[in-house]
Amino acid sequence: MDFISILSVFVLACFVGYYVVWSVTPALHTPLMAVTNAISSVIIVGALIASAAGSVGSAGETAKWLGLLAVVLASINIFGGFAVTARMLAMYKKKAR
Amino acid sequence: METFAPLAYLVAGVCFILALRGLSSPSTSQRGNRLGMIGMTIAVVTTLVTHFPQAKTGGAGFAIDPLVAGEILAAIVIGAVIGIVTARRIPMTAMPQLVAAFHSLVGLAAVLVACAAFLNPAAFGIADLVIPLIGAPFESIHPVSRIEMGLGVAIGAITFSGSVIAFLKLNGNMGGKPILLPARHVINLGLLAAILGLIGYFVQDQAPWVFWTITVLSFVIGFLLIIPIGGADMPVVVSMLNSYSGWAAAAMGFTLHNSAMIITGALVGSSGAILSYIMCKAMNRSFISVIAGGFGGDSGGGAGAAAAVDRPWKRGSAEDAAFLMSQAEQVIIVPGYGMAVAQAQHVLREMADKLKAHGVRVKYAIHPVAGRMPGHMNVLLAEANVPYDEVFELEDINSEFAQTDVAFVIGANDVTNPAAKTDKSSPIYGMPVLDVEKAKTVLFVKRSMGGVGYAGVDNEVFYRDNTMMLLADAKKMVEEIVKSLD
Repeated sequence: MDFISILSVFVLACFVGYYVVWSVTPALHTPLMAVTNAISSVIIVGALIASAAGSVGSAGETAKWLGLLAVVLASINIFGGFAVTARMLAMYKKKAR
Repeated sequence: METFAPLAYLVAGVCFILALRGLSSPSTSQRGNRLGMIGMTIAVVTTLVTHFPQAKTGGAGFAIDPLVAGEILAAIVIGAVIGIVTARRIPMTAMPQLVAAFHSLVGLAAVLVACAAFLNPAAFGIADLVIPLIGAPFESIHPVSRIEMGLGVAIGAITFSGSVIAFLKLNGNMGGKPILLPARHVINLGLLAAILGLIGYFVQDQAPWVFWTITVLSFVIGFLLIIPIGGADMPVVVSMLNSYSGWAAAAMGFTLHNSAMIITGALVGSSGAILSYIMCKAMNRSFISVIAGGFGGDSGGGAGAAAAVDRPWKRGSAEDAAFLMSQAEQVIIVPGYGMAVAQAQHVLREMADKLKAHGVRVKYAIHPVAGRMPGHMNVLLAEANVPYDEVFELEDINSEFAQTDVAFVIGANDVTNPAAKTDKSSPIYGMPVLDVEKAKTVLFVKRSMGGVGYAGVDNEVFYRDNTMMLLADAKKMVEEIVKSLD
């Protein structure tokens, strides 16, 4: 993808984000933060690339270990973020009866 | 394979959009969360199959390096165990700290990925091999990628150190009082200019010292930005850091030409920005004034001098409160940070159940900045099994106070202060407040008369004829009321 198409995706996604987030009910703002936190860990993609490419290239070895550490951190976030969101959302119940 | 990967990343991005979309109502939210998990799985699996760990031999054939594959798997498993155990064990009252801690991890992961990309640009496909006339051949990183990388590492580092400070403040390891350095605005602006200048220079010269200086300066500015901000402004800070973690992911997405990362980064970035805006508006403060810091220590901690309390006020007992509420037609409960500190949400629901058994209608009114993060009170009430259709936002319930018999304020203060509507000299003037004083009776649970709210202003409601002060620890007081209701 060239820079302009990437930029287009980015700008359009900002608008999508704007409208989607305004429609989130204020009661769910804490789960919103938890889940956005989990999905922003999609940065794990970069970490995986660094780890996988690791042993190739001169500075690859250091890059690999940095990548692996980033994989650990991002995984904590992904699993922790989704799990804590699920736990919170399960608590929101309508009036019984 | 060539078109498969970008398509899969796009699907992942759409899943993330739908995940946020699901949060528009509690009934669709759990499905949304599952879609988020699916999106993440797609993104991770796609990356693994397109960047399969290759053996050192390279070139000929497609040999899998089992060692690297094992290491990656181990890294994911370690992260999963830590993450899931933390998520299961964390008490709901500690949610603001947890979110801050998670933000710091995203920030640090972004920094690490940027460093890895800087050290091994060929792996990320962002460099060309240059063979100069003199000297060894080297990988020249594309100029656009250098800017993206510089921004990514800077935002990531600011997110990391800022979130660590926010975590320490929310967790109580560090006082909530703002720490003010002399000339801090000059220092911060100088640092910011230096970082931006270095990112510009990085395009000219990809020397390691430029990259590492950007990283270090960004860590420092993240730290300096958050230390002067008081505990009560934390909802804005937490939202702002949420936003930064998104922009960091987006910047790295630009570097990697990855649509899933760009879409997610944009979503998270705008989400955090909107939450910061909502929080600022609910306090009637500008974003700049919050970031400039210096406002608001710990709530109830007596920021400013203790209010003059020689004015007449009425003190009530638990029995009085129980009697008044059991006779009421409608009671509106107004919870605040004090309720979270006292962990009074469960006993509060018990009280509401007892009242309902007496035929009283019970509702909850939530101010947008009640607590330490957006939606904090809603989660605590949900944890205590309060049905979400009994919980109302400020604009939906404010007109009802006039027809309400009892407003029960527990652990909130400034958000009920009528001075925000009338007194132009008040520091909280213009902030939207809950009109509790319009109820027939106001029951105000508070630890003592001496302390004032975080804004350091006295609350007119305390001295009104229709107000009864219930001075005690929030949890103890509600427990006593529950006993008296039997």
